This record gives sequence, C-alpha cells and structure tokens, in this order.
Amino acid sequence: MSDVVEKTLTALPGLFDSQTGAAKITNRLRQLVKSITELTSKHEEENLIKQELCAMKEQVSSPNTSMKQMREIMVRAMYCEMLGYDASFTYIHAIKLAQQGGVLEKRVGYLAVSLFLNEGHELLLLLVNTVLKDLQSTNLIEACMALTVVAQVFPKDMIPAVLPLVEDKLSHPKEIIRRKAVLALYKFYLIAPNQVQHIHGKFRKALSDRDPGVMASSLHIYLQLIRESPDSYKDLTGSFVTILKQVLGGKLPVDFNYHSVPAPWLQIQLLRILSLLGKEDQSTSELMYEVLDESLRRAEMNHNITYAILYECVKAVYTIHPKVELLEKAARCIGNFVLSPKINLKYLGLKALTYVVQHDAKLALQHQMTIIECLDHSDFTIKRETLELLFRITNAQNVTVIVEKMLDFLRGCNDEHTIIHLVGKVSELAEKFAPDNSWFIQTMNCVFSIGGDLLQQDVPNNFLRLLAEGSESKEEDDQLRLYAVESYLTVLKGHTSHLPQCFLQVMSWVLGEYAHLQGSVDRREVIRLLTQLLDQRSVSSETRVWILSALTKIPEGQTDLILDLAERLASSQDTVLRQQAQELQHLSQDSQLHEWVLPRGAPWDAIEVDSSLSFLDGFVSEALAAGAAPYKPPHQRQEELCEDRALNLEPYSFSLPVSLSSCSITDRQSPTLLSVSSGLSGNSTELSQKAGSSTLILEGVKRVWGKDGYLPQKEATAPLVDEPSAAVQPPVQQEAAERTEPRPELSTRNQDKQQLASSLFVGLGVGSSVSLLGKSEAPPPRFRKKPRPHESSSSSGTSEKSSDSSCRSSHNTTDSFLYGSFLEEEPATSKSAFDHTPKSTTANGLSQNKDTKEDKHTNTSQIFGGDMVIVRPSTIQDKHPPSESSDLTALLPADLKDLPHSDVISLTSDPSLSLSSCRLFRDEALLLLIFISNCTETVIKDIAVQLTCEELKTASLRGNIVDCLEARSTSVCHYALLMDDPHTNVSFTGTVSYQTQPGHTNTLPFSGTLSTADFIRPLVLTTEEYGKLWLSLSHDVKQNLKLLTDAGDPLRTTLNALKDALQLHVVDIIGSEGIVACRLLSSAPCLLHCRVSGAALVMWLRSPHPALPDCILYHCQRALAHR
Amino acid sequence: MIKFLLMVNKQGQTRLSKYYEQVELGKRAALEADVVRGCLARRKEECSFVEYKDYKLVYRQYAALLIVVGVTENENELSIYELVHNFVEVLDKYFSRVSELDIMFNLDKVHIILDEMILNGHIVETNKNRILAPLLALDKMTES
Repeated sequence: MSDVVEKTLTALPGLFDSQTGAAKITNRLRQLVKSITELTSKHEEENLIKQELCAMKEQVSSPNTSMKQMREIMVRAMYCEMLGYDASFTYIHAIKLAQQGGVLEKRVGYLAVSLFLNEGHELLLLLVNTVLKDLQSTNLIEACMALTVVAQVFPKDMIPAVLPLVEDKLSHPKEIIRRKAVLALYKFYLIAPNQVQHIHGKFRKALSDRDPGVMASSLHIYLQLIRESPDSYKDLTGSFVTILKQVLGGKLPVDFNYHSVPAPWLQIQLLRILSLLGKEDQSTSELMYEVLDESLRRAEMNHNITYAILYECVKAVYTIHPKVELLEKAARCIGNFVLSPKINLKYLGLKALTYVVQHDAKLALQHQMTIIECLDHSDFTIKRETLELLFRITNAQNVTVIVEKMLDFLRGCNDEHTIIHLVGKVSELAEKFAPDNSWFIQTMNCVFSIGGDLLQQDVPNNFLRLLAEGSESKEEDDQLRLYAVESYLTVLKGHTSHLPQCFLQVMSWVLGEYAHLQGSVDRREVIRLLTQLLDQRSVSSETRVWILSALTKIPEGQTDLILDLAERLASSQDTVLRQQAQELQHLSQDSQLHEWVLPRGAPWDAIEVDSSLSFLDGFVSEALAAGAAPYKPPHQRQEELCEDRALNLEPYSFSLPVSLSSCSITDRQSPTLLSVSSGLSGNSTELSQKAGSSTLILEGVKRVWGKDGYLPQKEATAPLVDEPSAAVQPPVQQEAAERTEPRPELSTRNQDKQQLASSLFVGLGVGSSVSLLGKSEAPPPRFRKKPRPHESSSSSGTSEKSSDSSCRSSHNTTDSFLYGSFLEEEPATSKSAFDHTPKSTTANGLSQNKDTKEDKHTNTSQIFGGDMVIVRPSTIQDKHPPSESSDLTALLPADLKDLPHSDVISLTSDPSLSLSSCRLFRDEALLLLIFISNCTETVIKDIAVQLTCEELKTASLRGNIVDCLEARSTSVCHYALLMDDPHTNVSFTGTVSYQTQPGHTNTLPFSGTLSTADFIRPLVLTTEEYGKLWLSLSHDVKQNLKLLTDAGDPLRTTLNALKDALQLHVVDIIGSEGIVACRLLSSAPCLLHCRVSGAALVMWLRSPHPALPDCILYHCQRALAHR
Repeated sequence: MIKFLLMVNKQGQTRLSKYYEQVELGKRAALEADVVRGCLARRKEECSFVEYKDYKLVYRQYAALLIVVGVTENENELSIYELVHNFVEVLDKYFSRVSELDIMFNLDKVHIILDEMILNGHIVETNKNRILAPLLALDKMTES
C-alpha cells in the first residue's frame, strides 16, 4: 500500500493546471495551498498566514461574499488554525454558514464548528436552532449532518431541546439515521447521563436492530455502561455471545470485511464487553467459553488485524473466570506473538504477556529467552515494554538483576516521563524486595541521582519515613541507618555539584538525624561536608534549609564551626535561612537548651500533631475579641478569590494546616508526615504484589533455577510434579519447561543469556499455577513499616507526668519551641494508642468481623503498615503482651457483645493495677470501656475511676466505683460518651484511685485520644431522601481528594475505603458520581457527594452543622492518604 | 481511546490534524512537532508504536506522508495501526489513488470522511461503503 501516495510534490505544476474530478478548487484556496507547499521557513509561514488572515477578515465583512466563497474561507480558516494561528473571527461565520448555506456549504459550516469550537463555547448556543431545524428536515443528508454535529459538540444544557427529536430518529427507516441517533445518545450519556436514563430500553432495541451498523454503534454505549456496572447487564451476555458468533460465522454482508476478516473492530469491541461481563463471574464466563474458543481458532489467518483480535481474545480469556483448555490455547497464541519476526507483533505479544503474568507468572518462564533478547533490543519501545513485564514478575530472588536492568535502561534514557515512571517502580521494588541494607541504600542512591528533581515527592518521603520508622528490630534499623550515613559521607566526599537537590536534602536529613550512630567518624568532618554544600551555588535555598536543620541536629562540641557558619548566614537575603541561622546560633551556645529541644537518640516518641491547633484557641479568641476577621477555610477563600477574579491560586490539595516546608524540616519527625502520596506507582503496586505473591513459597523452582545460576543437569533430575499444585498444572507447562532446557552446544553468548535467564526468572514457576485459583498471601516486604503497637506508651509518660514535666516537654518539636508554645499542653497520649479503624459495620450496626484474635492482629498490622507510625521503644510493648487484651474482650458485658468494637488497648499500669480500654460503637453514643485488672495477689479496695474530657459529654457511666477487686480479677467500667460539636480529635484524661492497704490511697493517671471517626455512624436513607435533605442543608465544603486507582473501579474502591475507615453509608453510585451519608452519632447528618474528575475525587459535603464537613473531610483525607 | 489523528509529511508539516480531546490551539504546534520528531527518529525495523508522555503513538508511513494516532495506554495498538490503513484505503477509493495533494486540496472532505469513521475518539464505522455514502450523496446533490 505504500505506493498509494506516489504522486508527490514533483507532480505539483501539472496538478495545478488540470484540476479534475470532485475537487474544484477556487482560486484563493488553491493559492493558499500552493503557497503552503512552497513554504521553507517558519518565518515565511508567519507572513503568509498573517496576510491570509487579513484578506479573510476583509472578505467575511464584505456583504458581497457568497455562501460558496464563505465555504472556501472556512477551509482556509481551517488551514490557519491547523498551523496554529488564531482565526476566531471566522467562528461566527461558520455558524452562519451552517445556518444559511446549501447542503455542501452547510456540511462545511458544521465541520468548521466542530473543529473550531469546543464543548462549552458560548457561540454553540447559536447553533441550537439550526440543529433543531435540520433534525426536522425531510432531507436525509441534512438530518444526518445535524446528528453528526450533535454527537461531536453540543451544549450540555441544551440537550433537553433536541433529545425528543434524536429519540424519534431511533425508529427512522434509514439505518444511517438510526445509527447516528444512537451515537448522539451515547454522547449525551457521556456528558449528561441523567438525561438519557429513561431511554435505556431503547438502547436494547438498538442492540437488536436488524442492521449491523446500528447494533455496532449501540455497543459503544454498552461498553461504557458495563464498565460502570457489570452486574446490571449480565442478562445481555447471551446476546453479545450470539452476535460474536454470527460475526465469526460470516453472517455479515461482505462489505463489513476488512482484508477478508469479518468486521474486526466490531469483534474487538465485543470481546472487550465479554471480558468485562465475565470477570470474576463463573456462570457468566461459562456462557462465553465456546465463542472465545472459536475466536481463538479463527484467528489463524496471518494478517495484522487477526492478531489484533487475537490479542483482545487472549486478554479476555485471562480476565474472565479461568478455564484450563482456553488458558492453554491463549498461552500458545502468546507464543506465536512473541516469537514472531514481525516487530509489531512482538510488541503486542510482550504487552499481552505483561497482562497475563499478573495472573500466571510462570508464563514468563516459557518465554524467558525471548524476553532476554527483547531486553537487549535496539528498539526503545520494546525494551520499555519488557521492563514493564519484568517489573510484574519481580520477587525477592530476582530483584537485584531486574532492578539493575531497569537502572541500566534509565541511565541511557532521557525521556522525562519514562524516567519518572520507571524510577518510581525501582524504588517500589527496592522497598519491597531489598535483599540487604547495602543494596537498598545503593539502589536508592541511584534512584535519587538518576531521578533527581523529576522525582515525585513521595519517593524521598517514603524513603525517609522508612528510615525513621524502622522495622521491628532496632538493631536492624540502626544498621540500615548507619549504612546510609556511611554511604552518604562517601558520596559527599566526591563531586557534589551535579547531585540533584532532592538527593542532597535526603542526605542532609539522614546525616543530621543519624550521624551520631557512626562513632568512628569525626563530627567535624560531617559538619565540614555539610557546610561545604552551603557554599555551592547550585544548591537551592530550600536545600540550604535542609542542610541547616541537619547541622542544628548534629550536637555538641563543634561550637566554633557552627558559630562561624551561623554568623555568615545571619546576613543572608533569605529570611527563612536567616531565621534558621539564628536558631542555630542560640542552640549551639546553650547546650542545655539544645539537649532539651533536640534530645539526642531520644526515642521517636508519640508526637501528636494537634491538627486543630487547639493550643492556639486562647490566642484566637483574644484576636477575635480585638476585632480580627474570623477564619475562613481554604475552600471558602478560594471561592471568594474566584469571584473577585483576583489571583489564580492553585487549589490547596490538602486542607490540613500543613506546616510550611521550612517548618516541617525542623520537625523532629520525618518531614513527610502529611505528604500526600501520589498516584505514581499506585497502579502497579497491587499487580506486582500479585505477581510476586505466587512465588516465594515454591521450592520446586529452586531446583530448576538454582541460586548460582541455571542448573541444567539438576533440572533433568528435578521432579517437577511433587508440588501440591501439580494437579492443577496443565501438562503443556511441563513441556514448555523442558523446551527451555539448554542444549549442550550452546554458544558462550547463549550461555550468558542462560545465566541471565536463571537470575531473572528465579522464583517463578511450577507452583505458581495456584495463583489462577486464588491469590496466595503476599510475601512480607523486606522493609515492613513498623506496625503500630497495640499498647499505649503512655504508661511511662503519664506516671511521670506530675513529677517531671520537663521530660514531657522534651518530646516537643523544635517547631513548638520556635513559636514559644512548648509549655502548652500536648496531647498526653499518642493517637496511635487507638486503632482508628473500627470494625466494619453494616448499616444496622452489627459487626461483620468475627475474625479470631490472631487475624485481627495481622489485619491491624497490615492496615498500619502503610500508616504514619511513630517509632517507639519496643520494651513497652513487652510489658503488655497482646494475649492479655484478648482475654479482656471476653469480659465485655453480655448486652454489648454484639456491638462492633475496637481492639482492646492498654492505657496504663502500675504494679497493682493495669488499665485497658475498648471502644464500642453504639448508634447513639460511643461506649468507652475501661478494664481495671488487679495484677496483685491481694484484694484491692475502694477503686474509683474519674474521667474528664472537656469536649465530650458523658451520658451515663457504670461501674466507676468498685468497692473491692479480688486478686487477679478484672472489673469493667463503662462510659457512654456523646460528641455534640465535632472535633477532629479529642483527648481524655482520668485517674484511678485505689487502696491496697487501708488508709493508703494510690492514684494512677491515664489518658487517651478519640477521633471523630469514633462518633460517626452510617446514615441509611434512599436516594430521594438524600436529594431532599441535600437541598435543605446549609453548610457546605468542597474539596478534591485523592482517587484510589489501584484496583477495579476507582470510585467504588475509594468509596469502599472511606466506608471502611469511617462507617459511612454509600447511598448510591451513579456513573462517575457517588452519594454517601453519615451522621454524628444520632444527631447532625452529613451528606457527601463524590464525583470522579480526572484523577481526583471531587468531594462536596453538606451538613447542618458548620464544623462537621471540615472534620469529616479531614478524616477522609487521612483515610485515603494512608492507604 | 483515540486522542488525536495527525497527517504530517516528512518535513514535519501538518497536513491534517484532528483532536478528540481538547488541546489549546497554542499548544498544538509544539505537540505536533514533538510527536513527529518522535516518529521520524525511528528506524524501519523498529515497531510502529512509541511511548509519548502518558499515551502511545501509533504511526504508519505512506510515501512521504506520515499518519500518527495518539491513543490511550489501554488501546489495542495493532487495531489502530490497521485502522489507519483502512482510512487510507477509504481515501484511496474516494480519490482513486490518493496523494498528499488530494488531501491538501480537499481538506474538508477528508475531515468529513474521518468524522464518519471516528467520533469522540471511538471507532464508529469501518465499512468503506458506509463511510463514503454521506459524502457521495453530498457530491451528487451539488453536481445536480
């Protein structure tokens, strides 16, 4: 076909002389085209188009211009716009042309409108009448073009005006009109789904239309509908199967064929629909096995288009409920793809394989040699796709090789988008599978130096968080930190001018935080290296701030160096830098103060971020009394700004009072605390886990692919079938495994490849076929983030509270020091003392979670795995072994046993008593149960519990006075708490007084935190009730939230995540919108309206209570950010 | 989903452009130049698909004319590759041996053909007779 366009520019003169056929070119247009072909420079182009635009302006304003000329002007305007020059003065004339011209002029007018105007352009309103007139025209061609333009651009608000006319066309005798009407309705569905809800029945009629074209266009609507809610259309599976069978059987007229293949694009569309319907649905999948089988068989003809169909078919087979024979056939098809000498097919084969290995990792094993060849392929696209494939099959055994390959690729790559994408994946793999500390740090060094400042902020954030939080073992953590320190010192001793800012920031934070672990290194050296960086011009002022705060943290002794530095910077132009220099100066001169503010080696104690900034309440009320303007939440300010058309600020992505970067750096916590994690690698996380999950347990693999490389002789003897899953494994796989056995006459080059293969594909194999039937547990990531301990650390903190307040203050951040507020109360216990994920609750309030205690433990640790955790000394955990609390759940009063409840957590203890608490979620109140256990062998008398919390009301209490508690027994005291005004978090304090000996009263203080989430209950109502309530509510808040896109339907996934975290009630999901309702206990309702907009979830909250929406929004953000 | 379709010659001059997702007029020229550079840099033996930002480009060359389609990641590239060919076959049928100049002198008609085939980024018709029917009817009416 490449000879189709053989007339080239050389034939130009001849063509101008003899214009024939359909194209009669008027002079001016011909002139323009001719001039355009003769252009040699951008400058010439500019001049030409400028002249042209001037001439056109003159022409359009002349009353003598005929419609025919106007049509020609439109085409010239298209040229101008195509070359990037604005010709907006012609837009109105395009509409006029559509209105007044003859048929051809009208068509060109409509065409110009569709090219020039985008949806929402105000001029489109002028088109409505013309469209209405043409839709009613008896001239088929006019009706046809009106329908076309309606399906391209049409003002959303005017849909009701044309809808009845378009609907009528569905029963038009001409197929082309019916077809275009269906497509117009599809467009309406996309932009305003509610408007066409009543005609769903007519879509079904279109699906069974006698004309294949009409039927085919209705498939667009169905693909969309089924993607949104597959369950509602399962009954149509039979119809789709029949249609596909008829297409395959050649029942369509011959002109639907493309290179003898019947309606290939229609087949592809049908296969996509079927795979959506059959996903995770065995009975529906069974209906389509036969036709998929036939589809695979038909695709024997050797033409690109059959391969395109085949690709779709393979995807369908692996998406729906698995059937072994089909899977085998599909796997063979993939073989044909990847082994093809045609590069396009190879590419598609790799893409198919990438999709398929998520379900069955050992398929990669069959094609390992091809994969390795593709890895070294000269074609960038092929390489890139291969890396994607390897990413999916990475496990703990092959991670080093795969990451090395990825880094190699990255070093030679200069495409920004690819770098960002791939570097994110490398860091994800490194975190998940790192074999040892040095590898991990080295790899992350590469990530930072290659990715540099292109990196999404969450990569360095996650890394620092990982270092800071550590794992279960402090020793291992310190080793990792130590290694990082050593490695960075080496890096800093080399050339540093080329290092990206983000890497420098990471290094300075780590050095500031952990340099003291490295005993052998001279502190002066560290300080010298960091100071050196400050002198470099390439270092940005943000990085300087990081470096300075690191220097602030490196303690003692080196006052002369520091003072020198501080003095130099004290006159800096940058205010933040200057401030920091001041602090540095003060702190270095007063070692006591330094020790107090930045205690070295102090445990990462529970620092509660008081996000409501309650310690400022006094200040605020004073300011208000003095006449200051009241605070307006960001969204409100935003709206006002928009109204005023003032500055166009980027919307806040987070409504939390996030401290400015300069502040958060000085924070003793990782500077990442409130970072919003990006979607960069979100997509692939789950997939990769799946791929990885099916591998670790498998012993059989090692026999084939040994640790030291490929082991052919062993493979011969290795029994392949002793795995429990052997029964499931199709025989083909064994054959394939044998096929890949290396032949003795392999050249050395091939042996290299074999070597590579053995290291790449280790850990994939035989037993992984289990994954088809059920995903096995994911392997524990190498750097598991510290699970939040169940027990509160407050026991030590609070018992010393009264006697030693300085100790408590030492946990304050420098932040609070700087702002002079460190004497303010900080919440005495970490919020982490409570688990903020109440057991999932159904709308009627009954717990669905009947897991055993062990399960709960793993659950919670998984939940907290991605959570922000503050590292705490592990010794405290040991004091209260979890088994203790499991006994306590049994003590729940009988009438409360059925209520959903949190885990039991320890509050505090002393040698005689230990206190634990548990939260029970009742519809109208939160029950706080306090378990008082006597740890002694003697009777304890006169126990009295007193609990205070300013923000909450105590509705009732029971069992707070116990006259006598037997040895080793437990008594339960319970408080019903009400929250009238929402607060994001509230803390309570209390004391228990008791007598071990008569006349000798002891007191034991305790404290804890509760969140609004504990007080939110689902509100069950119908969509209509919701609608009414919505309109009656006054306070609203609008905010964009992160959309979870890691699995399935993003809206559904996100809403479910919110539902789980906050006990919301999902009222309805319609298309890309979802409505959700909840209430604060049994009082104020809050309605949430969620809409998917691009990659974000636009959430609109309304409530009669002014503070409730902000409060719920805060928890939604937390719930999503921590997923 | 299809994001845009471009017809460009080897010198990088745009001969036809159609966007199915709004791109500002001012940004189009830069995008087109970028896209064409990406495609022309590739050798014959390399595959016809290139990654570009967060989507894929499918390109096919006919003599001096390059047709590039930008599609989303989830699209079947090979089916788009063949769609391009189908489009060229339709043009060939209408213009009887189509050339770059035919396309230039009949920009409006090529657009009308394309409108029949692709609507809002979806493939809506691939039957050649049906694609050409409205245009042929239009021609007939203007002749008479």
